[in-house]
Amino acid sequence: MRTHYVVAWLLGAAACGAQSTKPTSAALAPMASSASSAQSQELLPDEQVQQALNRLTFGARPGDAEKVRSMGVEKWIDLQLHPERIDDPKADQLLAQYSVFNMKTSDIVRDYNMVQQLQRQVKRTDAKDSTMNKVETRQELIAQNPQLAEAARKAQQLTGEVQSAKLARAVTSDRQLNEVMADFWENHFSVFAGKGQTRLFLAQYDHDVIRPNALGKFRDLLGAVAKSPAMLFFLDNWQSAADSTQPTLAVRGGGRDGRAGLRPGVIARRPGRGAIGGFGGGQQLPPAVRERLQNATPEERQEIMQRLQQQAKRGLNENYARELMELHTLGVDGGYTQKDVQEVARALTGWTFNRQTGEFFFNPAIHDAGEKTILGHKFPAGHGEEEGEQVLDLLARAPATAHFITTKLARHFVSDEPPKALVDRCANTFSKTDGDIRETVKCVVTSPEFFSRSAYRAKVKTPFELVASALRAVNAQPDTTPRTAQIVARLGQPIFGRQTPDGWPDRGDAWMNTGAILNRINFGLSLAAGQVPSAQMQNWTQYTSLSTQPREQQVDGVVKSMLGGQVSPETRQVLMSGENPMLSKPAANDVNGMAVIDDSASTMMGGRADRQKGKTEPGKGFPRGRGAQIPGFGRPVNLQGLPQVVGLALGAPEFQRR
Amino acid sequence: MNRRVFMKSGAMALATMGLNPTFLRRTVFAQDLLKGAALNGNARGKVLIVLFQRGAADALNVVVPHGEKAYYQMRPAIAIPRPVAGAAQTAIDLDGFFGLHPALSPFKKLWDDGILATVHAVGSPSNTRSHFDAQDYMESGTPDNKGTRDGWLNRYLAVKGTCDECKLHDGTSAEKSPFRAVSMTPQTPRILEGGAPSVAMNSVDEFTIRTNGTQADRIEALYRTGNADVVHAAGGEMFEAMKMLKAANPQQYIPQNSADYPRSPFGQHLRQIAQLIKSDVGLEIAFADVGGWDTHVNQGGATGQLANRLDDFAKSIGALVQDLGDRMSDVTVLTMSEFGRTAHQNGNGGTDHGHATSMFVIGGDVKGKKVYGKWPGLEPEQLNEGRDLALTTDFRSVFSEVAFKHLGAAKMDAVFPGFNSDQSKWLGVL
Repeated sequence: MRTHYVVAWLLGAAACGAQSTKPTSAALAPMASSASSAQSQELLPDEQVQQALNRLTFGARPGDAEKVRSMGVEKWIDLQLHPERIDDPKADQLLAQYSVFNMKTSDIVRDYNMVQQLQRQVKRTDAKDSTMNKVETRQELIAQNPQLAEAARKAQQLTGEVQSAKLARAVTSDRQLNEVMADFWENHFSVFAGKGQTRLFLAQYDHDVIRPNALGKFRDLLGAVAKSPAMLFFLDNWQSAADSTQPTLAVRGGGRDGRAGLRPGVIARRPGRGAIGGFGGGQQLPPAVRERLQNATPEERQEIMQRLQQQAKRGLNENYARELMELHTLGVDGGYTQKDVQEVARALTGWTFNRQTGEFFFNPAIHDAGEKTILGHKFPAGHGEEEGEQVLDLLARAPATAHFITTKLARHFVSDEPPKALVDRCANTFSKTDGDIRETVKCVVTSPEFFSRSAYRAKVKTPFELVASALRAVNAQPDTTPRTAQIVARLGQPIFGRQTPDGWPDRGDAWMNTGAILNRINFGLSLAAGQVPSAQMQNWTQYTSLSTQPREQQVDGVVKSMLGGQVSPETRQVLMSGENPMLSKPAANDVNGMAVIDDSASTMMGGRADRQKGKTEPGKGFPRGRGAQIPGFGRPVNLQGLPQVVGLALGAPEFQRR
Repeated sequence: MNRRVFMKSGAMALATMGLNPTFLRRTVFAQDLLKGAALNGNARGKVLIVLFQRGAADALNVVVPHGEKAYYQMRPAIAIPRPVAGAAQTAIDLDGFFGLHPALSPFKKLWDDGILATVHAVGSPSNTRSHFDAQDYMESGTPDNKGTRDGWLNRYLAVKGTCDECKLHDGTSAEKSPFRAVSMTPQTPRILEGGAPSVAMNSVDEFTIRTNGTQADRIEALYRTGNADVVHAAGGEMFEAMKMLKAANPQQYIPQNSADYPRSPFGQHLRQIAQLIKSDVGLEIAFADVGGWDTHVNQGGATGQLANRLDDFAKSIGALVQDLGDRMSDVTVLTMSEFGRTAHQNGNGGTDHGHATSMFVIGGDVKGKKVYGKWPGLEPEQLNEGRDLALTTDFRSVFSEVAFKHLGAAKMDAVFPGFNSDQSKWLGVL
C-alpha cells in the first residue's frame, strides 16, 4: 500500500508542483518577479501584513489586516512592542470574571488548607464510621459551612481558571504581542500545574511574575521567576538546604534565625529509622513541626517526614540550579560544569517561600554560608541572599545567555532554524541593552530575515496557537469556562501541563504527527459545526453576508479571512468542489490501492456510534475512559454550505501554519 | 496477500512440524525458523505492553509473603490470610512462601501455564516518596536525574530499529508504521515522550475524521497535493493510518477464546490493544495506565478497596492473554508502579508511601512460574528506613532485560543512560 502511495505522491508532485503558497489572486501576481530583489522586499506589502499578524498575534481577527495596512506595518509593530500604549478594556473585563485572579495568594493557600482539613476530617470519620460514605460525610460537612463550600469550589477550579484565562486573553486581548510574549516566557520558564501545590501559585505566576516583565529586562524577569513560589515549588528549591557538612548563616551568626527553619544539624544526628515511628515522639523536633505532624493526614505526614529526612540526609537540591543554567539562561552547551550546578545550588540555598502566604523569603538558617566558585568567579564565605542575586546577575549577563535567549526568540518569530546572522546580530542587541527584551524582539521582528520569503508561513502552529487563531478567525467570544482550554489539552498541549521543565517544543516536526493532525482536522470540523463553546459561526462578521453568496464568493471570503488571502491552487480547488485532482479519478484510486472512505465510515466514529454499539452489543461498547474528562470533538458532523467551507479551511494544511 | 493469512499459515507450518510455537520461541531453532519466515516477508514483530499502576500499589498485599511472620504482625487488619486450599479470601499460594492476592485469581492460570512471573522487592533506587518524581523516574528510566527529557520507551524506539525483519502486509517496514507505538491515554505519557513518533488515543474508534465520507475525502484531498513539507507529510501518513485501521476493521472486533474484558476503562484499553495487535498494523509498543492505588485509608484486605482495583486489573489482563491466545508467544506484558507502600498498616487502615514494589511479567518469552528477585525480609532491621520493603533489584534491570531479550533492543546505554545494563544484573525473567 505504501509503495503505491509513494508512486502516487511522485505523480502528484509532478502534476501539481511543490509550491504550496503560490498566490492565486491576481492582486498578488507580481510576487514571482520580486523574489530576486533585496530581502526586505521579498514579501509583498500584503504578505508583510500577514507575516506581522501571523507572528506578533495569535492570528488575525476579521478586520485586523485592514487595520495594520492602514497604520503601516512598521508603525503597528512599534505599537505592539509598547503594550502600555494600547487600551485593552476587553481583556480587563475578562480578567474580572475569574475569581482566581481576584484573590490574594494567601487566600488561595488558606482555602486550600481549609479543604485539606476537610478531607482529613472526612477520612477520619470514614475510618471510624463505615455506615457513612465519604461523599455523604463530605457533603454534610460542607453543608454545615458555606464558607467551606465556597473554598472547596474555588480550590477545585484553580487550574481550570488559569488555563481558561490564558486562552481567553490570547483570543481577546488587543495587546497581542504581549500575549505572545507571555506565552513565550511561560513556556521558557515552564512549570507543571500537576506537581503538588504548584497550581496554587499559577495565577500569581502569570499575573505578577511573567506578564509585568514580558517585554522588560531579562534580569528582572529571571529574578521574579527565581523568587516565585511556582518555580520555587516546581523545581524544589524551596526545600534545598545546606548540606550538614557546610556551615549555615544562622550557625555562623549565632542563630539569629527567627523563622521556623529547621536546623539540619539537629536532624542529622538522628538516623532515619522508622520514619513515623522513629520521629513519632518528636522530642527533638520544633514544637511547630510536632504540632503539624499531629494534625496531619497520612499523606501530609509523609510529606513532612520526607522533607525532614531529605534535610537530614542530603540537604542540597540541585534541581533548580541545573535548569536555571541549562534551560533558563546559558543553555545546555553554555559552558558550565556539574560543579557549577552544585555551587549555584549552594548559593541559592535558603531561597524559599512562606507556605502560608506564598511570599518569597530568605531563610539564613538553611543557607550554605561557605565559599563558592561559580563559572570561575569566587563568592566569598559568609554571604546571604545577595549571593543568589549576584549569581543571577552573572548568568543573565553571560554571552551564552544572550545567544541562547535570542536563538529561542528567533526560532519563535522567524523559523525553526533561524539564520545565524540574525541570531548574532540580535544577541548583540540583547547584550548591549543589558538584556532588554523589547529591543531584542524588535531586532528580530523588524529584520529582513523576518520578512524573507523563506520565513513566510514557515512556522507550524502549536495546538494553543491553532485553537486561539481559529477562535480569532471566526471572531469568537472568550469562553470563561475551562472547556475550550480542554480542547488545547486534547490536541496535545495542556496549558501549564508540560511535565518536564523544558517547556513545549517550538519546532514544527514536534507537532506534526499522525495523531496530531487528525485531532486538528476534527477540531476544525467541530468548530465549524458550532460545537466549540463561544465560537458560533453567527459571530463571524462575514457570516451573514457570505452565507447567501455563491460558493466561489464563500471560498474567497473564507480564504481571505482565515487563510491570509493565499492558498495553493489545490486547496482552493478542494474548497470549491471537494474534488481532488488525483483521488477523484477512479483510475487513481486503483493505482493507490486505496478505497475512498464511504459513508459507512460514520459507523467508525465515537459519540453516536458508541451509543449505537452499546445498544446492539450490550456489554461490548467502548466506554470513554479516563479521557472522558477531556472532551472529544462532539458528534460527527455533516457540514453543508458555508460552514463546510470553514471546516475544510480550518482543517487545511495552510491553517496549520503561521 | 493479507498478512494475517501469512501468520496463520506460518503458525500452521510450525504446528505441522509437530512443535508447539510457544515452546519453539524459546529455542534456538525458533530464531532460525523466524528468520527464514522473515525472508519470505511474513515475520511478525514482538510486542511489549507496558501497564502503569499510578499511585503506588501496595506490593505486599499484591504478591503476599505469607511465609513471613512479620507480615502478619505489621498488618493486623489488612493482611491477606495465609493460603487455605479451597478457601476464598485467602492468599493463592504460589511457592509455599509467596501468594497472590485472592482478587488476582485470573493470574493463577497464567502462573500454572508458566507464562507469568513476578519480580519482588524491585523498584527505583531513588528514595523519593513523591508520586510525581517517582513516576517521572520510572518513565524516564533515569532515577534521581530530572534532566532527562525523553521516556525510555521512546529512546528504545529511537535507537532500535527493532524489527529489522518485520514487514507489514504491504512490504514496508513495521518500524515505519504509524501504530508502532500506541498509548491508550488522552496525551502522550512521559514514558513515550521524545523524538520518535507515537500515537496517543482514548480509543481506537476516535481515530477517525469526524464527518461523513465525502467530506473526509475532501480533507484528505487537501493533504494529497504532492507537497512534501512536514504538515502535508503528517497528513498523508494520518490518512494512511486511518485506512490501515479501517481495513483492519477493529470496530467489528469480537474477542476470541471467550475473553471477557471488564467494562472499565482499563479493561477496554487492553481490549483495544489486543485489537491493534491482531489487526497487524505494526504495533510494537503499547502503553496503558490505571489509577486508584494510593490507598492511605481503608485499603481493605482480601476484600475492599485494593481488592476491587486488583480484580479489575487481573480480569483485564487475564482477558487480554486469553484473547491473544497463541499470539502471546510474541507478546510480553510488563506491569509497574512507582513505589511500594509501608510495611506497617497506618492508623487509618491503609498504608503510606513506601519503597520497593513488585512487577508482573507475562508472555510466551517469560520463564514463568517463579518469583524473581532477592527477598530482603520484613524483620525491623531488614526494612528500608525501618518502614518499607527494601529494594534488591533496580527496575532498570528488569526493563533492560525485557527490552533486550524480548524486543532485541540495541544500544542499551542509550536506552538507560548511566545504567550499566550488563547481563549479570539481569534476573533471567526471559
